[in-house]
Amino acid sequence: METRSEPAIVAEGLVKCFGDVEAVRGVSFQVPEGKVLGLLGPNGAGKTTVVRMLTTLARPDGGTARVLGLDVREQAQQVRDIIGLAGQYAAIDENLTGRENLRLVGKLTHLPQAEIGARADALLERFALSHAANRVARTYSGGMRRRLDLAAALVHEPPVLFLDEPTTGLDPQGRNGLWDVIENLVEGGTTVLLTTQYLEEADALADNIVVIDHGAVIAEGSAADLKARLGATVIEVGFRDDADATTAAGLLASVGGVDREGKLVHVSVPSGNGAGSMFDTVRALDDAHLEPATLLLREPTLDDVFLSLTGHAAEEAEGDDDDGDGAVKTRRSRRARRQAK
Amino acid sequence: MSAVDTTTSATAARRAPSSRGHVVSDSIAIVWRNLINIRRNPELLVFATVQPVIFVVMFRYVFGGAIQGSLPAGQTYINYLMPGVFVQTIVFGALTTGVGLADDLNKGLIDRFRSLPMARSAVLVGRTGADLVRNFFVVMLMCVVGFIVGWTIGTDFARFVAAFLVILAFAYSMSWVFAIVGLSVKDAETAQAVSFPILAVLVFASSAFVPVATMPGWMQGWARNQPVSVVINAVRYLTIGPSPGLSAASVPKAIAWIVAIIVVAAPIAVARYRKAT
Repeated sequence: METRSEPAIVAEGLVKCFGDVEAVRGVSFQVPEGKVLGLLGPNGAGKTTVVRMLTTLARPDGGTARVLGLDVREQAQQVRDIIGLAGQYAAIDENLTGRENLRLVGKLTHLPQAEIGARADALLERFALSHAANRVARTYSGGMRRRLDLAAALVHEPPVLFLDEPTTGLDPQGRNGLWDVIENLVEGGTTVLLTTQYLEEADALADNIVVIDHGAVIAEGSAADLKARLGATVIEVGFRDDADATTAAGLLASVGGVDREGKLVHVSVPSGNGAGSMFDTVRALDDAHLEPATLLLREPTLDDVFLSLTGHAAEEAEGDDDDGDGAVKTRRSRRARRQAK
Repeated sequence: MSAVDTTTSATAARRAPSSRGHVVSDSIAIVWRNLINIRRNPELLVFATVQPVIFVVMFRYVFGGAIQGSLPAGQTYINYLMPGVFVQTIVFGALTTGVGLADDLNKGLIDRFRSLPMARSAVLVGRTGADLVRNFFVVMLMCVVGFIVGWTIGTDFARFVAAFLVILAFAYSMSWVFAIVGLSVKDAETAQAVSFPILAVLVFASSAFVPVATMPGWMQGWARNQPVSVVINAVRYLTIGPSPGLSAASVPKAIAWIVAIIVVAAPIAVARYRKAT
């Protein structure tokens, strides 16, 4: 194959209609090789339809798309050779065992007969399913099914992977496990496009985020970009009485935009300099001998971004509390480490 | 990281290029998968074996006495009945082709298969192929039960084998018809509901259980010439031998129906599969 200069996935003006409804209205984006793109949007935004077009399951009514330089319409069969797809529902045969499911995909992707068994066993091992390898998939838990489904998408070692809401319906533990697997794949050089309605998921895994709503792209950039552009850092200062809060509100106008609600003062400051603004706030309060009861810095979340883009909140992420911000931060630093390498 | 890259490209190189040449191996893989499904799914197994046996025994002893009188002279009801029960069973069995495909579609398995570099026709060839294997055993089993309750072959072994093959070929053609139904509906329950009226009109408005001559005049034209009756008459001719109402012409007529059904239904089913959403 000649050297390709273009990104691993290129979508140009994709359009898909169902009857009179334009489900996807001219979606364009690119995913560089070895990177993760998060396609973010609420239910019904058109995420799945975009994935179906890119994976040759649906024919675009307009626009073009290429995966590793291959046209999804004209070279569909070659595209299928180099992609893996794990859809919203675990697409596994419930009456086959875990091993049989993977062997079936091995046969259908034309791996050499002698290697299919070893490949299946390696994947079962990697996805912590070895103990259940000979049990029919009907007996698997939701998390095990998802892992088997993802393993099935990886049997032929596709360099490009499409994951449609990979963690929907999983408990926090299952979600963490799947995130680990995806990160490992990306470290191994796989290009990943994942759709999600969980902001924290896009935040944790994706190098780049494309936000779509009503079938069109409404924003694009890294999580940090989007937050810097569309969200604001807020310093929240709480006081013991309203009088202190009123005095402080006057003083802190020099730091940023002030908004007082009873004993609470919110100061909106430019994103990216939260610590500096925090320092200014503390100094201003100290100079006036005002002692705050609470003081916290809230960095913008993708929720804020989504709200400011669409005017409505994104789907509530389930298990937010159990999963905790701590987990998300660990992920973020992991991604940073990956990028530093 | 470089190690991973090497493995990836090495695997890619060792894999045979995907092309139409895989129709056979891909179909065999799907047949294997579907046969395991039948074996592990008790419901399917019961549907495939117990029900036909009950039909043979019930019709033989429950309706035998009542219908005997309207049969042409010299024919026994069991010999008249068996070809009808065979064909009725395999036509109802063809429903499982459609139900199975609708289920695969509903569970996302068809999407997985369609995203793989496998032959486009393999899922359908494999599904109908597995159903053909299942039918082979079902018809064998019914023959045995039939012989036990008094069924006799009035011709010879070669014609008996020919009758067996006609039944299987017709079963195969009906699988393709119900494959279209299965790929056109959203789930297994709908497939079943949609298929039932088709089955009823085909099976009961036929010569399967009662002579066509006992039906009202307006129905006789359909009942005499529709594929189920034609195939049953061919099987009767091959197992009973020449007798009033049974002619050698029914055999080529049955083969013509079978070929016509496959030629029309298979391409429609494959086209449906290609763009199933």
